[in-house]
Amino acid sequence: MAAFPAQFAALEPYADWALPSEADRYAKRLASSMDELQSFYDAALPLLESQADYLKGVSLDGISEADLNLLRCLQALVTVSFPVEAWHQPYVPDSGAASIDVTVEPRP
Amino acid sequence: MSPGDLYPRPAEGTWTEHYPELGTSEVSFQDSISPEFYRREQDAIFRQAWLNVGRVDDLPKRGSFFTKDIVAARTSVIVTRDGDGVVHAFHNVCRHRGNKLVWDESPTQETSGFARQFVCKYHGWRYGLDGACTYVHQEDEFFDVEKATLGLAEVACEVWAGFIFVCLGKEPRQTLREFLGPMVGALEGYPFEAMTERYSFRAENNSNWKVFIDAFQEYYHVPPLHTYQLGPNNRDPNLTFEGAHYQLDGPHRVVSTTGVQKHKWPPETMYPSEVLLRSGNMGPWDAHELAAEISGVNPGGVDRWGIDNFQIFPNLEILIYERNWYLSYRFWPTSHNTHVFEADLWFTPAKTARERLAREYAAITVKEYALQDCGTLDGTQLGLESEAFDSYPLNDQEILVRHFHKSVGDWVDAHRRALGDETLGFDPMAPPPVTG
Amino acid sequence: MAHFGKPAEGSWTEHFGLSTEPISYGDSISPEFYALEQEAIFKKTWLNVGRVEQLPKAGSFFTKELDAAKTSLLIVKNRDGVIKAFHNMCRHRGNKLAWQDFPNEEIAGFSRQFTCKYHGWRYDLDGKLVFVQQEKEFFDLDKEKLGLAPISVDVWEGFIFVTFNPDPQPLKDYMGKLGAGLEGYPFELMTQKHTYRSEIGSNWKLFIDAFMEFYHAPVLHSQQATDEESRKLQEYGYEALHYDIDGPHAMVSSWGGMSPPKDLGMVKPIERALRSGLFGPWEGPEIGELPEGVNPAKSKTWGIDSFLFFPNFMLLIWKPNWYLTYHYWPTSYNTHIFETSLYFAPPKNALERLQQELAVVTFKEYGLQDANTLEATQTMLQSGAVTEFPLCDQEVMLRHMHTVARDYVEKHKSDSGAVLAGTKGA
Repeated sequence: MAAFPAQFAALEPYADWALPSEADRYAKRLASSMDELQSFYDAALPLLESQADYLKGVSLDGISEADLNLLRCLQALVTVSFPVEAWHQPYVPDSGAASIDVTVEPRP
Repeated sequence: MSPGDLYPRPAEGTWTEHYPELGTSEVSFQDSISPEFYRREQDAIFRQAWLNVGRVDDLPKRGSFFTKDIVAARTSVIVTRDGDGVVHAFHNVCRHRGNKLVWDESPTQETSGFARQFVCKYHGWRYGLDGACTYVHQEDEFFDVEKATLGLAEVACEVWAGFIFVCLGKEPRQTLREFLGPMVGALEGYPFEAMTERYSFRAENNSNWKVFIDAFQEYYHVPPLHTYQLGPNNRDPNLTFEGAHYQLDGPHRVVSTTGVQKHKWPPETMYPSEVLLRSGNMGPWDAHELAAEISGVNPGGVDRWGIDNFQIFPNLEILIYERNWYLSYRFWPTSHNTHVFEADLWFTPAKTARERLAREYAAITVKEYALQDCGTLDGTQLGLESEAFDSYPLNDQEILVRHFHKSVGDWVDAHRRALGDETLGFDPMAPPPVTG
Repeated sequence: MAHFGKPAEGSWTEHFGLSTEPISYGDSISPEFYALEQEAIFKKTWLNVGRVEQLPKAGSFFTKELDAAKTSLLIVKNRDGVIKAFHNMCRHRGNKLAWQDFPNEEIAGFSRQFTCKYHGWRYDLDGKLVFVQQEKEFFDLDKEKLGLAPISVDVWEGFIFVTFNPDPQPLKDYMGKLGAGLEGYPFELMTQKHTYRSEIGSNWKLFIDAFMEFYHAPVLHSQQATDEESRKLQEYGYEALHYDIDGPHAMVSSWGGMSPPKDLGMVKPIERALRSGLFGPWEGPEIGELPEGVNPAKSKTWGIDSFLFFPNFMLLIWKPNWYLTYHYWPTSYNTHIFETSLYFAPPKNALERLQQELAVVTFKEYGLQDANTLEATQTMLQSGAVTEFPLCDQEVMLRHMHTVARDYVEKHKSDSGAVLAGTKGA
């Protein structure tokens, strides 16, 4: 059973990034190697670019399971973009042991 | 000297009574369990005395630097070798808004390397290796600031026998050589610089720094605790220990041991590895010849000399071995009952794999027995903190323990007197007067 | 050579009559000074503790831990829709009243009354004591006198403020000219909320300092921009469009976040793909005309306004019509809790949701760089190795805030002295 709508089939190997909370997505990013992050990013970013209109058409009210998975996966792309585009490592440079934790987030 | 003594003692009959200011009564170890006493040590000792932070080997070339976080002195220092080869030390703080200047991934970890300048990560201010402020970002936004007045806060820094010392006092009361005194100073000619092959260890211990130092200031504990240093045929926990020579000089002290010339022992007294690798707790058996004429070592002139254990106040220990290698220990308090222990072992470089393995074996051996001390001393700390007793007897072989705690107490008392009252006095937390 | 104009006096600092001398950070490394701040500042000023959307109906409530004022608060909307605030403490034997599993953790929810876990005393939504277990066992108990201890509460533009000051100026007056200039901003439309919380190992004022100047942005956050943009920014340095100060409050207005950017090559791929970034979605919702106080320089390049409402409430208005708040709640002289809430108009679709996600996550990535550095700054300031610190004109808000904090403390000291003097021999 596919996790995502058909035109996002390329994301299926990365279905485990479709995590419901920011804390989960951030933890997975910190626990991944740069290769893993790059691989996910390389698959997901082009889809984000080419499917912007589709996403515009997805209402959050009554969102389908496939679209919800997709949204979560792309939220994960947002956090993964930082190591790939800015930091070139999974952790924020100079962040040491600091943490900033979500206490309120919208669902979806 | 008593009948049965292996080595002659001073005329008074004991080492301890040779130094009457020590007394012979039981001692308190309150200084090792009191948070208040630790606060006083921070100001009276760690912000006053000369502290060994590294060796010239840590600054191999011009532009080399390392940072040292000295929790006990509430600061962090940067040590550099500038373009002219001169060694400097500075407080590791930017002159703009107090950001820690030099750090890598985490500001709470030390770092080292090579740099042409230091750049503050916050607003990009720059400093040269000599501490001069060389660049202020958007300088014309500032008011009457002159870069010439914005150099890094300097810390007194001197090098002795290749050991780098800093003194955090505003005006060091003594030069480094004056502080070290003649007994330790006599080691200046020892060829430390020939010993460049290094093995380093670090531990975080759950004991007061002084409690751990005490373990290294007496060998009385060796037969019972380190019984296994002797091979199965030689092992006897009832063996006794006598130091061949003890000597005090100011706040520093030394003990010399003899007889442990394992390279001369019959093989059956040792472990198979010791025999095969030709090494052990006394170091590689096949010592390299040293070019220099050695002075300062074996100050008591004892026969069959094995080790000199110099305890340099407050927290440096240099052990020099008959087999021509040495090690140094530093003990950095992080609280009243925790400290960081750093150990460096130095050998003349191995020329063959066999020599390399002999050195490895010596280094690991030191670590194995040090671990016995680490564990045991954690237990000592817990015992002392129970405060079931408030005084403890010390024997003549523990004279250095007695002297060390007395020296610490003397420094703390002198500092309090200098401040004119019985309270802590110097309070770095006091708010300064309100300015514009 | 400044790119944007400076006032006639030659600098913002001199324009506001502030000294240009280096400052001491003694007020940020002293337990004694913090103890004075608790009395002089946190028990005297208006403190923003939440927003009306957190109390949607009668019986809605939330608690707030205020170490800085040495208390815990219970904020509730009563049956008439009026917001009330009380010390979160039972009048019997002082037990904390509203909490769940851990008494130190804040809670929120809905309730018809509050029941103390200890002996079952009950209070209604007006703080009135309505039930005492085994009342007959007490001696002359007058329930009327045992209501929850109230504190003053008021609302400004949907923001809920409390004060411990027994004789406070009206909240609207306290917010002054800078508050007045924001009236009418449609805060109530932006109900899509993200909140972050962090424990920071530094004095509360030092972290505020980090957010009151953008001088550091091209340097500390240089990796956030593309290499080319980063190089350019560092070369030019940072200058604000405008600063303003009114009483204890201050603001900075800045350029930035051109949307869409002039050169699409200057932004990161994810920002191009989502048409969003640090400054928010490139196209924000229509919200009508902005109030007078926003973009005071009326600049076409305007991107963001940042307001500090003393002591610890920061409000940032971003060009694409969204806003965020920062709060800094001290827990000791060298630790504090940093809370951020980001507010957007509800996203209409998944793409807008992702645009907002990028803005929110970007804030966090930047924030982590700042947060970590501060702990080391605190340690180094406490070393006492350096005691004087030069501030440049772009750091005028820092200078002002520390001056205000000290003025409040000095005033408190002299007022207390006067009270003591007045009572001597009485």
